[in-house]
Amino acid sequence: MTAVLPATDPTPGTGGRSGADRPAPTRSGARVLAGRVGLLGGLGVALLVAAAFGAGHGQLDVPPGEVVGSVLHRLGLDWGPLPSHPQGENTLWQVRFPRVAMAALAGAALATAGALMQGVFGNPLAEPGVVGVSSGAAVAAASVIVLDLTFAGTWTVACCAFLGGLVTTILVYVLSRDGGRTEVVTLVLTGIALNAVTSAGLAFLMFLGDTQAREEIVFWQLGSLNGSRWEQVGVVAPLALGGILVALLLAPRLDLLALGDRAARHVGVDVERLRMGTIVVVAVLTAAAVSFCGIIAFVGLVVPHLVRLVAGPGHRLLVPASALGGAVLLVVADLWARTAIAYADLPIGMLTSLVGGPFFFWLLRRARRTAGGWA
Amino acid sequence: MSGAATAISARGVGVTVEGHRILEGVDVDVHPGELLALVGPNGAGKSTLLGVLAGDTTPSAGTVELDGRPLRRVPTRELAQLRAVQLQKQGLAFGFRVEDVVRMGRSPWHRTPAEDDDDRVVAESMTRADVTTLAGRLFPTLSGGEQARTSFARLLAQAAPVLMLNEPTAALDIKHQEALLDVLRRTVRAGSAAVVVLHDLSLAAAYADRVCVLADGRVRADGSPAEVLTGPLLTEVYGHPVDVVEHAGHLVVVPVRSHAPAASPTLQEVP
Repeated sequence: MTAVLPATDPTPGTGGRSGADRPAPTRSGARVLAGRVGLLGGLGVALLVAAAFGAGHGQLDVPPGEVVGSVLHRLGLDWGPLPSHPQGENTLWQVRFPRVAMAALAGAALATAGALMQGVFGNPLAEPGVVGVSSGAAVAAASVIVLDLTFAGTWTVACCAFLGGLVTTILVYVLSRDGGRTEVVTLVLTGIALNAVTSAGLAFLMFLGDTQAREEIVFWQLGSLNGSRWEQVGVVAPLALGGILVALLLAPRLDLLALGDRAARHVGVDVERLRMGTIVVVAVLTAAAVSFCGIIAFVGLVVPHLVRLVAGPGHRLLVPASALGGAVLLVVADLWARTAIAYADLPIGMLTSLVGGPFFFWLLRRARRTAGGWA
Repeated sequence: MSGAATAISARGVGVTVEGHRILEGVDVDVHPGELLALVGPNGAGKSTLLGVLAGDTTPSAGTVELDGRPLRRVPTRELAQLRAVQLQKQGLAFGFRVEDVVRMGRSPWHRTPAEDDDDRVVAESMTRADVTTLAGRLFPTLSGGEQARTSFARLLAQAAPVLMLNEPTAALDIKHQEALLDVLRRTVRAGSAAVVVLHDLSLAAAYADRVCVLADGRVRADGSPAEVLTGPLLTEVYGHPVDVVEHAGHLVVVPVRSHAPAASPTLQEVP
């Protein structure tokens, strides 16, 4: 280690050091940019490939070449083959594409929400479920099912689930706020307390409901992309894409929250405002995904961790890479859910938990070995 | 006190937490070009006072002005351009690299003309805090002293005219203790103002322009090291006999020990 070099000019604002004293930049800007473009580009390509395969596979198989051809024809380009099966075109555009689009949107929304949540809490174990988005949405959805509410037609469940998620999150936030500040631990514990109440409410609703309602609640909670339609995609898309856009704008400041609340304030972050804004975005993103697809666990927890392994903790890259990675993951998971067992549509929430749980355990063990664990 | 503009001016500051009086009637001024050491026994209110001066804690009584403006009126971001703070404990939630952590100090200057200097200021700050060789290391894997030096580099990178540090030397070895305070003093000579909480009174004597002794939430003494750091006063404040001796032109503060020094190493056989 070299001794501290007394600065020839102590004001940090003025230069005048010899070239030898100056440390070589550890990572040049060009390489960082290349890494970013490489990762995001790679994930983008992976998403397109996954979408092409996901749309092609199913009870009626359409080869990926024909899937691409069909899309290009719709875009007005007469390239590539059209689906050879007489029902191919219809299947693709009325069943598969909306489903793949929904999977991609939900995955992107959930993973982005997870990345934001971990950033805003400065805690790698946080996920949107912590502040009650999912459980609030579940209670609202179950109420609709049990009480047979139909004020918004077939969309009543989705509508109420969205509002339920949003309201619960805001409730947790308001309850944990004291003297104009929120402490992270208080927020998490308030979330746990409220989650206990909502799960009691959910149990009561299942007790109230008849067999059919119970079944409906259970399957809603398991999560499924079955029966996704373009109209639903049309509702989720602006919420998800808008949320991701705001998330990208918030990303640079989230890095500073890693310093802790006080130190973040010292470098000029209005911590309370940033946290409030981020939590609203998280609630909107998660509620949008959950409302039509049910509860799909672990995407928000695992994807940001995977991205951090590859790209480091900087949120400028973490947020967009998580969005793309989440989309890829859910498109692939949905493909698996549809095709793993012939003529059966497995609940996707079950699959993500089945894979996500052990994977997360492995991540924990690995982090303990390499970086002394997460304090 | 001279009529020069004050960087920080606190008047009648009081802090009461759940009925406990932590600070009462504290008046402190810090001028540009001045390094003020805050000293005092445990629980005297040093950290609380620093928190009040930094704008973290709203005092229950009194006012604080930073650069002539009431502290509470200055927006968070503007405040970060005026003062930088190094806390006693450094923590980081994610594995950022040292260089990234130092660069976080530049964030108050984001989207200002000063942003163009970012790379140079970050490199210089890392050199001055002696963390250049650690640039690529992950912050959570560093030792306590290395983390403290990284935080010091971040403080320097913020390039604020007022610097506040809470026990910056606590985790450092002798070389880096001296080096840090030397860098700090040079920064102050160039026109900054600094408030440093120190436990090591000899360090305070050697580097501070003024020493403010806090005891039981009040200012017990405030003046040049030679005026303030005297045996009788320190003995009274710390409740332990303290001697102040001169060594090579510097004041050295040593506790008086009642037990006899261990003259020769005595080895005891383990039964």
